[in-house]
Amino acid sequence: MTEKNMPLWEVFIRSRTGLSHRHAGSLHAPDAEMALQNARDVYTRRGEGLSIWVVPSSAITASDPADKDTLFEPTASKVYRHPTFYEVPEEVGHM
Amino acid sequence: MEAPLFTYTLRLADNALVLGHRLSEWCGHGPMLEEDLALANMALDCIGQARNFYTYAGEMEGKGRSEDDLAYLRDCADFTNILLVERPRGDFAFTILRQFLYSAFMHPFFEQLSASKDERLAAIAAKAEKEMAYHLRHSAEWVIRLGDGTEGSAARLSEALADLWPFTGEMFEVDAAERALIEAGVAVDPASIRPLWLETVDRVFADALITRPKDVWMQSGGRRGEHSEHLGHLLADLQFMQRAYPGSVW
Repeated sequence: MTEKNMPLWEVFIRSRTGLSHRHAGSLHAPDAEMALQNARDVYTRRGEGLSIWVVPSSAITASDPADKDTLFEPTASKVYRHPTFYEVPEEVGHM
Repeated sequence: MEAPLFTYTLRLADNALVLGHRLSEWCGHGPMLEEDLALANMALDCIGQARNFYTYAGEMEGKGRSEDDLAYLRDCADFTNILLVERPRGDFAFTILRQFLYSAFMHPFFEQLSASKDERLAAIAAKAEKEMAYHLRHSAEWVIRLGDGTEGSAARLSEALADLWPFTGEMFEVDAAERALIEAGVAVDPASIRPLWLETVDRVFADALITRPKDVWMQSGGRRGEHSEHLGHLLADLQFMQRAYPGSVW
């Protein structure tokens, strides 16, 4: 099983209507059709799924972990972006 | 009418159980994790179908035999599965091609059986039809990829085809008792499945770059309890627990 014949695919499963697809894991398959079938067999055995997406892992562009500070550090000092400065009136109940 | 219907239901159960067991032999031995799970899933579908048919057969017989009694406490000659499903699992090409040849028949078969005048058979078939649709889809995709794959995969597929083809004729056999059930609208006439089966086989084989063998002498006997030695070994594995520890449960 070579990486060329059996490339890696990322699998996204939507569990209920209205929710978004979530990353479930990855698998090997020769092409998109077989990747879908494998995803069904590997990741929806316990009734988890209503919809499956498969994406070639090579098509994903990922951020570099070394850029962590540049990308994410600046938001640490902006606490006002969190909706924690409001008093929720009692009549509203649970939000 | 009861005895022919019992035999008919038992045959459906035996086919499903024996094929399910053959598929289960791949568990932990699949060529890759993804296919290991796919084969185990298909095994579980078949065993689930067998359970439904055995339970119904036992109730119909009225002698108090349960699904377990029928699966674990009958000997080779009592089994009525076709010879195709008892062939040893072989390599992956063999297993996949057998699954394709079988599900290309069983999918339209269950589709028709779901309109049976017998409500229980119709209900079991309606559930099984969806399962076989997936077995057919998955095995057909693999047949195409093996046939149109590498030199090695194509050679293995051709070898499997030569081995398996003589066992496909038995799927279309009908005996007198079954003929009566067909005329009563209870059983499916396999002759009506044949054109659908050939069309599926030819379509997939064309993509797989292999050709259907012509004028081959067909094996027969399993439906009458005349089996190859392979079934005995399979049952030895399958029935060991109940034979060694009668009535054991877990």
